Amino acid sequence: MSERNVRIESKVGLHARPAALFVQTAAKAPGDVTVAKPGGQPVNAKSILAVLGLDARHGEEIVITADFDGADALLAELEALLSTPEPENA
Amino acid sequence: MPEPAETTGNPATADSAAPVAGGSSASGGSSASGGTGVVGEMRGAGVSPGVGFGPVRGIAGAVPEPSADSAPAGDAEAETAAALEALAAVADDLEARGTAAAEVGNRDGQDVLNAQALMARDPGLADGVRAKTAEGRSAARAVFESFGVYREMLAGAGEYLAARVTDLDDIRDRTVARLLGLPMPGVPESDEPFVLVARDLAPADTAVLDPAKVVAFVTEEGGPTSHTAILARTMGVPAVVALPGATGLADGTPVLVDGAAGTVVVDPSAAAVLAARDAASARAAALAGASGPGRTKDAHPVPLLANIGGPKDVPAAVANGAEGVGLYRTEFLFLDRAAPPSDAEQEQAYREVLEAFPDGRVVVRALDAGADKPLAFLPPPGEEPNPALGERGLRMLRRHPDVLAAQLSALARAASGLTAKLQVMAPMVTDAEEAAYFAAACRDAGIEHPGIMIEVPAAALRARDLASEVEFFSLGTNDLTQYACAADRQIGGLAHLQDAWQPAVLDLVASAASAGIPCGVCGEAAGDPVLACVLVGLGVTSLSMSAPSLPLVRAALARHTLDECQTAASAARASRSAADAKHAARQSLPALPDLGL
Repeated sequence: MSERNVRIESKVGLHARPAALFVQTAAKAPGDVTVAKPGGQPVNAKSILAVLGLDARHGEEIVITADFDGADALLAELEALLSTPEPENA
Repeated sequence: MPEPAETTGNPATADSAAPVAGGSSASGGSSASGGTGVVGEMRGAGVSPGVGFGPVRGIAGAVPEPSADSAPAGDAEAETAAALEALAAVADDLEARGTAAAEVGNRDGQDVLNAQALMARDPGLADGVRAKTAEGRSAARAVFESFGVYREMLAGAGEYLAARVTDLDDIRDRTVARLLGLPMPGVPESDEPFVLVARDLAPADTAVLDPAKVVAFVTEEGGPTSHTAILARTMGVPAVVALPGATGLADGTPVLVDGAAGTVVVDPSAAAVLAARDAASARAAALAGASGPGRTKDAHPVPLLANIGGPKDVPAAVANGAEGVGLYRTEFLFLDRAAPPSDAEQEQAYREVLEAFPDGRVVVRALDAGADKPLAFLPPPGEEPNPALGERGLRMLRRHPDVLAAQLSALARAASGLTAKLQVMAPMVTDAEEAAYFAAACRDAGIEHPGIMIEVPAAALRARDLASEVEFFSLGTNDLTQYACAADRQIGGLAHLQDAWQPAVLDLVASAASAGIPCGVCGEAAGDPVLACVLVGLGVTSLSMSAPSLPLVRAALARHTLDECQTAASAARASRSAADAKHAARQSLPALPDLGL
């Protein structure tokens, strides 16, 4: 089980283009990936509707969790994405 | 029958797609199918000149909620399969429309459509559908209820998410329509060019419009300054609005739309189509002869400028001979986002436009938020039952001085080292104190040429007081007319009052134009070739309009002397109604028939 706490640097928060990129990246994973606000209920990171529903905003911290072979690499990718102020290549 | 589907007499600009990004929601209204057998000529308000002929395609009405107690057609597995297949097909379709939007230069539109496709493919949504069909719901009902869960979640969250509810409803309606065999909501898809008919068009409906496919717009509601009218002029597509019975036209009915006369002829004769096209070509030929800077026949200069929403509108402005920009609507940089654009992003968007007019001027309007253009990060301070009379324009900016200061600084940095003359104006200014406040904010930011919009009748009446505070005025005739005649721009039934020909509006223009400082017009009135001559006669010093309107205005001015314009202006102001004013002005402008006007 791998877990990371990440601060959202994107100006628009985990919404719009960053949210779409985040979900598309998570969807590549062979196993479950979840995302939650600290202490909150985790939701499926492959579901755009669930991720939008978190309403995670610029400057907030979220917890990403994954449990499968290669989970660390995926979490690193997701973290890099959230640490970019304006991600490109949607 | 004559050749179907063609537009003539109005130079279409394929690269000026819809100015606002958005989804493709079904805000159209009543269905245009199931026609009532309308025949002959229908008359509405012509708001974008040119002639278009083609079959009617209506925007389908709302998709009904699938019944909760209808028995499913198949077993639970079959219903699940049907529902998931429909969701996948809707996602494919949204992605294809996204690609099409990108091909006409609308990348923001593609982002929105791709995000919608991602929602249609959402695994949580699919789980919900499986659970509902297992309980015995039909495919359509299961889809409807599964969307309902997320709909409530998003509607209850922040402003940005509440806006996504519209996107979600659109996907739901598309999926349900597909499952029940109903027409798709939103702008119709068609392989052949068509006349788009709707109750009214919302920005979201038009983000994905292909200008090559739409030969004319016809709407039942909307006035001369409605979104439909402005979009049509920007795209160079003929349009008639406020046409009673428009949505009663059956899909496929051939119609001839004259966007100058405001008429729609149902099932026209071949001769009628030919005659309309001949008149449009005569005008096109006259236009081809007009070029160069704007001036009257006796060489009185009247700079002709373009209204733009961002750098993407510059090529059309240059192609139509704009001498500069008379209205840069900066709110399009700010719309549909949760946070303001960064200083660097703003500076870049301003510099790109300034660089395009090295010898000209660029008049930038400070962020005009509020009323019909709400911004997520600048919410109104409270409930506004009448937002047009609420905290909008400069009133809103004074609540957020940091946003104003950041924009003015970005503008000053963008202009440094460039030769274009940067002028910056405040929207919705009422009195001299407000004008002084804005001028001071400009000075603090290093902006040399501050000005104000004249949209409020009080500002026009007391223009001399305001003139001592700033360098220039720009008349926003759309709002000035709305406020002077107390007639909401969005209400089709009031189109006769939303007319800048109203003598009261002309009086206000004359008052502002005689206050001793340069006074331009950047409202839609400037793009009406006859009214443009009258405005010049009233003392207006420059005219700014949608780029496709420039050639005809240039041609109309070039055929009349300043004296003729002044005579036309006096005749119009001596009239007692808008119709009389227009008629009287035309009598004083002898060369209008040369232009087919």
